[in-house]
Amino acid sequence: MPATMFDKLWAQHVVADLGEGWSLLHMDRVLLHDLSGARALDEIAERGLPVARPDLAFATPDHAVSSAPGRDSRTFAGGARPIARLRERARETDLRLFDLGEVGHGIVHVMAPELGIVLPGLTLVCGDSHTCTNGGLGALAFGIGASELVHVLATQTLMQRRPRAMRLRFEGRLPAGVTAKDMILHAIGRFGTAAGTGFAVEYAGSAVRTLPVEARLTLCNLSIEMGAKIGMVAPDDTTFQWLAGRRFAPRGAAWDAALAAWRAIPSDPDAAFATDHVIDATQIAPQVTWGTSPEQVLPVTGRVPDPDAAPDATRRASIAAALDYMGLTPGQPIAGTKVDWVFIGSCTNARLSDLRDAVAVLRGRKVAPGVTAWVVPGSEQVKRDAEAEGLHKRFRAAGFEWREPGCALCVAANGETVPAGARCVSTSNRNFVGRQGTGARTHLASPAMAAAAAITGAIVDVRQI
Amino acid sequence: MQPFTTITGIAASLLRANVDTDMIIPAQRLVGARREGLGPYAFERFRFRADGSENPEFPLNQPPYRGAPILLAGENFGCGSSREGAVWALLGLGVRCVIAPSFGDIFFNNCFQNGVLPIPLDAAMMHRIATETEAAPGNARTTVDLERQVVVTPSGEVIPFAVDARKRRALLEGLDEIALTLRRAEEIAAWQARDRTARPWAWESLA
Repeated sequence: MPATMFDKLWAQHVVADLGEGWSLLHMDRVLLHDLSGARALDEIAERGLPVARPDLAFATPDHAVSSAPGRDSRTFAGGARPIARLRERARETDLRLFDLGEVGHGIVHVMAPELGIVLPGLTLVCGDSHTCTNGGLGALAFGIGASELVHVLATQTLMQRRPRAMRLRFEGRLPAGVTAKDMILHAIGRFGTAAGTGFAVEYAGSAVRTLPVEARLTLCNLSIEMGAKIGMVAPDDTTFQWLAGRRFAPRGAAWDAALAAWRAIPSDPDAAFATDHVIDATQIAPQVTWGTSPEQVLPVTGRVPDPDAAPDATRRASIAAALDYMGLTPGQPIAGTKVDWVFIGSCTNARLSDLRDAVAVLRGRKVAPGVTAWVVPGSEQVKRDAEAEGLHKRFRAAGFEWREPGCALCVAANGETVPAGARCVSTSNRNFVGRQGTGARTHLASPAMAAAAAITGAIVDVRQI
Repeated sequence: MQPFTTITGIAASLLRANVDTDMIIPAQRLVGARREGLGPYAFERFRFRADGSENPEFPLNQPPYRGAPILLAGENFGCGSSREGAVWALLGLGVRCVIAPSFGDIFFNNCFQNGVLPIPLDAAMMHRIATETEAAPGNARTTVDLERQVVVTPSGEVIPFAVDARKRRALLEGLDEIALTLRRAEEIAAWQARDRTARPWAWESLA
């Protein structure tokens, strides 16, 4: 019977059928960060359980670390203890930790692909909802809660109910100035923030096939913002070339065996998906969110909705509340809205290609007066690669702050916040109320759109400047 | 895990859609926090005004609903981050059962891990519970009976609900899933041994 890529990876990892629709699945890799990871390691120690397979677990502090130049683990005082715990527990349990300042350190979902910790066909979990990012390499990767993470550390398995398979096919050539970020924001706007609940989503179609690996990671990153725990792209030659030679990627005979296995991963031509959508990629414009849910998104050429035009009272109230929080007027064009902050960073858009996209927009121009603009590379490796190309100098010359890797202003768990009432164009993944700080107003967009906003001081169509 | 059998109490309404886990508990509050200590920060951006005083408009600040064990919520409740702290924060407020038309996947799962019962229920049924409660807020009691799989509204109407059989058993008995899985240690080791032969590349590159 023809199988989807998701079906194949699921079936391969079933250790036991538990009945009633449940399976015990093997987890090939685990990522641990300073919040969920440190806590789970503490809990497993308190229960007196060993970590089943420390060789399959990889730790790095990312959430509660300052991004200030010259920072250490105590620069953000609140993070000192969780980071110290993570280090201590990693040492005790003999698992690998990539610490601040060393290659390998970074946002978990940036460092795991970068080091080849995640590979096509592997299962991977982390106590972090954006673990779906790693599906961009053709892995079955998803976020879990703290209790499930303890279960994985103790047993290397997880009890799961099988989600259904959904496919989103993006067909046609992407217009200039339109990126993977715009593709996925467009899809979330069209299908809604809960459309993927209970699904594993495979992104396919000609516009996905031509995306480089880093863009596929961005695409999969926002799966959870559509409600799907799992997003994936079939591995192909683009994937294999990108992975070859990475630190934990197979070598020699193992590489050849891996390639043969990886070529069998893509969905069979006649495989059935519970839900299948086609999106015309040629019609996607640069996107920007206007509200407080990622589904509240517009092409940059669009106008903010009017609650009075909403079809029912619930949606009317939801739009009105979002506009009130965001300080926007019904019907106003989103372009031209003045901004105070720009954040280029996060597991969505802080890889080398994202920073190159942003720099390419600057062309010697300066950050507009009154705008605070930050670049937070996704990992130590991204930072070093960017500096080797001189990107940091071009950002700095334009007036951006060039900072240290971590989650930073995406989740504001490290004491860095956008001030109340300030408007921030952000390359991150969530425009939730208070996400970037109490009262902060977040507009999600691509790195190029963020850079364009920084130099014009307003939301602007990157194709027009 | 604390078992869940039957809860009787007032049902508070928070019916807005897409209440995300950042709204339930901001990430900053999870840094270095104990799981038992999150209740005071649950919904803090909604419960409190800028000056730190309570926002009287927020339903859970209104006297009959303070400490309500049942929360009636909107669509896609608990979407966003995987933080289990969202469930710990609700527990800290006294919430043991959340009823909503739909839930975020990871949050839904996290509830069961902590003795909190999430019930997906038709919006019309939910509105009935909310309306009956509002009619007599001081006295309206709703019962959630997991054994019988029913919600009994304040007027006595009995509404059946669906729940996964395995999760229901785990909640009723307060089962420890880790202990259950550890009994399968041999099966897991056998799977790993087979996989090492089938996919050597998944294991050998880690040295």
